[in-house]
Amino acid sequence: MSLLDASLVDWSRAQFAMTAMYHWLFVPLTLGLGLIVCIMESLYVKTGNEEWKKATQFWMTLFGVNFAIGVATGIILEFEFGTNWSNYSWFVGDIFGAPLAIEAILAFFMEATFISVMFFGWKKVSKKFHLASTWLTVIGATISALWILVANAWMQYPVGMEFNPDTVRNEMIDFWSILLSPVALNKFFHTVISGWVVGSLFVVGISSWYLLKKRETGFALKSIKVAAIVGLVSTILVAYTGDGSAYHVSQQQPMKLAAMESLYSGQKPTALVPFGILNPAKKSYKDSVDPFLFKIEVPSLLSLLANREMNTFVPGIKDILDGGYITQKGTVALSFDEKHARGKAALKSLEDYQKAVVAKDTAAAKIHKAALKENYAQFGYGYIDRAEMMIPSIPTVYYSFHIMVMLGFYFILLFIVFLWKQKSIEKQKWLLWIGVLSIPLGYVAGQLGWVVAEVGRQPWAIQDVLPLQAAISHISTYSVKITFFLFLILFTALLVAEIRIMLKQIKKGPVAE
Amino acid sequence: MITYSFLQHYWWFLISLLGGILAFLLFIQGGQSLLYSLSKTEDEKRLLVNALGRKWEFTFTTLVTFGGAFFASFPLFYSTSFGGAYWVWMAILFCFIIQAVSYEFQSKPGNVFGAGTYRAFLFINGLLATFLIGVAIATFFTGSDFIVAKGNITNQLAPVISSWGNEWHGLDALFTVRNLTLGIAVFFLSRSLALLFFVNRLNNEVLEARSRKFLWYNAIPFVVFFLIFVIWTLFSEGFAVNQATGVVTMEKYKYFTNLIEMPVVLVLFLLGVVAVLGGVIGTWITPKFKSGIWFAGVGTVVTVCSLLLLVGYNNTSYYPSTNLQSSLTIFNSSSSFFTLKAMSLVSLFIPVVLVYIFIAWRSMEKKRINIQDVNEDEHAY
Ligand code: HDD
Ligand code: HEM
Ligand code: HEM
Repeated sequence: MSLLDASLVDWSRAQFAMTAMYHWLFVPLTLGLGLIVCIMESLYVKTGNEEWKKATQFWMTLFGVNFAIGVATGIILEFEFGTNWSNYSWFVGDIFGAPLAIEAILAFFMEATFISVMFFGWKKVSKKFHLASTWLTVIGATISALWILVANAWMQYPVGMEFNPDTVRNEMIDFWSILLSPVALNKFFHTVISGWVVGSLFVVGISSWYLLKKRETGFALKSIKVAAIVGLVSTILVAYTGDGSAYHVSQQQPMKLAAMESLYSGQKPTALVPFGILNPAKKSYKDSVDPFLFKIEVPSLLSLLANREMNTFVPGIKDILDGGYITQKGTVALSFDEKHARGKAALKSLEDYQKAVVAKDTAAAKIHKAALKENYAQFGYGYIDRAEMMIPSIPTVYYSFHIMVMLGFYFILLFIVFLWKQKSIEKQKWLLWIGVLSIPLGYVAGQLGWVVAEVGRQPWAIQDVLPLQAAISHISTYSVKITFFLFLILFTALLVAEIRIMLKQIKKGPVAE
Repeated sequence: MITYSFLQHYWWFLISLLGGILAFLLFIQGGQSLLYSLSKTEDEKRLLVNALGRKWEFTFTTLVTFGGAFFASFPLFYSTSFGGAYWVWMAILFCFIIQAVSYEFQSKPGNVFGAGTYRAFLFINGLLATFLIGVAIATFFTGSDFIVAKGNITNQLAPVISSWGNEWHGLDALFTVRNLTLGIAVFFLSRSLALLFFVNRLNNEVLEARSRKFLWYNAIPFVVFFLIFVIWTLFSEGFAVNQATGVVTMEKYKYFTNLIEMPVVLVLFLLGVVAVLGGVIGTWITPKFKSGIWFAGVGTVVTVCSLLLLVGYNNTSYYPSTNLQSSLTIFNSSSSFFTLKAMSLVSLFIPVVLVYIFIAWRSMEKKRINIQDVNEDEHAY
């Protein structure tokens, strides 16, 4: 087989990242607006107040427009695992495929069935049946998020599997440890609830616009009330679960944490830098340049957040590559060189094992198999030649993380102010404007969150097991380039159409429904 | 006893069944391809779009499930075919992306490109997706040019396991005439099913009469091309697998032999074909008969399912390669015993899914749809 072109990896990454980010423009609103619509319709069924029905139907129209494009961008992600990450699909398909299949069987059908009742059933089914359908649609969307996030969490923290040298892939040995992995549960709550934040900001922002225009006042006030409460509760939960995410990252993916904090050399205890500006002169982890131009420090706080214990060591990039420190589990950390050597040994054992099997030499096969097992934990390092390749883009991860967290605290404040000023809100022009202008910020936070999670785990497709260059398909770079631009053009065109349709619907307002 | 082999057969059955359901649900695409020819006025066009628009999600979701289930149960197929036949699958995906937004967007003000563009998207989806899916499925019988070499994983510079043998990356399937005949057959089948669906669902005399007339031009080409494909396949060589050694060889009349050796599949196949023909012919000869879609629909599911069983069972390669020993079988490409078992437990929920689909549809479909219903619905497309 011919050698693979190095830029193939980059283009495949770019294509996956771009299509995933488009998908994630629509998914959070589906989750968040969905929840708000459910709450509003429940209030309608409970009180019989037609105002609530009007509100439900208005937000539901926007939900529908957004939902359609979420579906369109989702299908491509699923198939891209095969088209662009074919090696990955075989190597971990035994584990990764199952959540994806379950997602489709259990969750997507639920949505697809009940969404048509939700949209077309107002006059055809009873109020209660309709309400149940709305809830089931949104619950279906949420379950679908569960499964895909279980899959993603597994890539960050592979558990419940064993490598089989005969089939050359990882095989599942424990379904529950994959599903109930603490990383997966935490990720699920953090991600889904971040969608509720996006939905709340959306509803608050648009309602603020109506108040500024002095239109639909009753409707807008009602909507703000519901959305600001949902928003406040969910932003607090997002901060809480976000802290949980960071804790898991520090335990399972120390390099990602070091990148999030731009931490080169750890100390005992390590300070947190809640605000800082990176020094572009820092070129290598080996030089002695200070990574920060400017920083505000809180002593010991990073130790506490990362290890749940005050006086503990948090490894920096240099520590991780040099090894030698004592980890939280009490073991001595291996250096990169050692991991690389073990990875190479694992690859060699696999090769020897395959040869022995062909030669029908069972004794040798057994020995190589045992040797492989011993070094399998570092299998992926065998593909990585230089220590520098282990470091993700620090500025990208660092700034993304800090901006996301800052936005999180800003949203908490914003919703508090909205609830506090509720009585006189129509007169608070400045606040209403802030509400309108904050809509995009929710999207920004969500996108940055994924950048932290995904860029931060580079170079791994599967942590420690499979690096990107071993995950791709054997296709030409130009093929991927062509599809990249086709997707970019198509998705951008559809996004423009979606935004314009939304704006028209908003201008039209709920009355005309 | 639940053995590994049993689970591999069970999952191939589920894949085949999903394939059958997908083929039936392609009637949505068939209907889209009739959008311009069947309707003469704007009202008629809207009626067609709305009748189809309440169901499109099912075809789409079934396609997604088909992919997901294939990934989980036969991951080597997923990586070999999707990563290798890149362009065919990408073309199919594009057809579905443009479909997904079109129903929702086409009637909304401010949609930038105008209703005409979105309807053209629906038309393209109807035309190309059906044909290409047919061609892709035909390669299950005719084979493709790929190599699977699991040893590659230890080659650090080029660790990819599956690779395609030529630069066409799947478009090469279009150069095989037998593949084209199935593509054309699926295209006309989906249109015939759509016409039967319109006869059943629409409360509109003009469209109903026209649908009955159109059925002629679509069912006949379907039958002709389908027969060409089936007869050609039954009497050509097939990809046989030696059960003990796993070695693949070409065997004369392999698929015909399979039919004879698996009488249940033979009976299903014949019943399926009869049901499809019955639905079509019944609709032709009895003007009051509106239930043709049910016969033809169930018949399609059963026929396609049994065709897929034919390539998967009885020591046959379901995704053959011209490099014979790279061919995929349900044994060498499946997930592990453990994974298949775990997913089989999940598959026990499928009846629950079917029950709620049935309940939800029943509550929505008490009456046949006409243009007045569309005009009165706040959410109409
Ligand atoms: C409205 C969106 C939003 C907001 C306000 C926040 N996040 Fe977040 N964050 C996400 C949206 C998001 C996300 C898009 O949902 C991510 C990407 C992957 C994931 O699991 O969630 C994410 C990932 C993510 C990760 C990486 C997880 C991983 O690598 O697996 C961490 C450590 C945090 N977040 C932490 C926080 C903290 C401490 C916040 C404090 C307020 C916060 N996030 C607010
Ligand atoms: C929908 C939200 C998501 C966003 C915004 C996102 C973002 C990204 C980004 C930015 C990259 C590129 C990283 C780089 O090139 O440095 C990437 C790659 C990737 N992501 Fe995600 N991701 C998302 C969801 C997921 C999920 C849910 C999965 C798994 C189920 C996943 C699996 C992957 C894979 C396989 C790659 C390619 C290999 C890699 O670059 O690591 N992503 N994603
Ligand atoms: C990157 C990996 C992902 C893949 C492969 C994927 C796959 C898909 C697919 C195929 C659809 C269309 C479903 C349909 O037929 O109706 C879809 C839609 C959707 N996805 Fe994703 N998805 C990914 C990431 C995510 C994430 C991270 C979330 C949420 C946390 C999510 C939640 C949803 C939701 C709510 C929808 C709405 C439409 C629907 O479910 O039908 N997805 N996704």
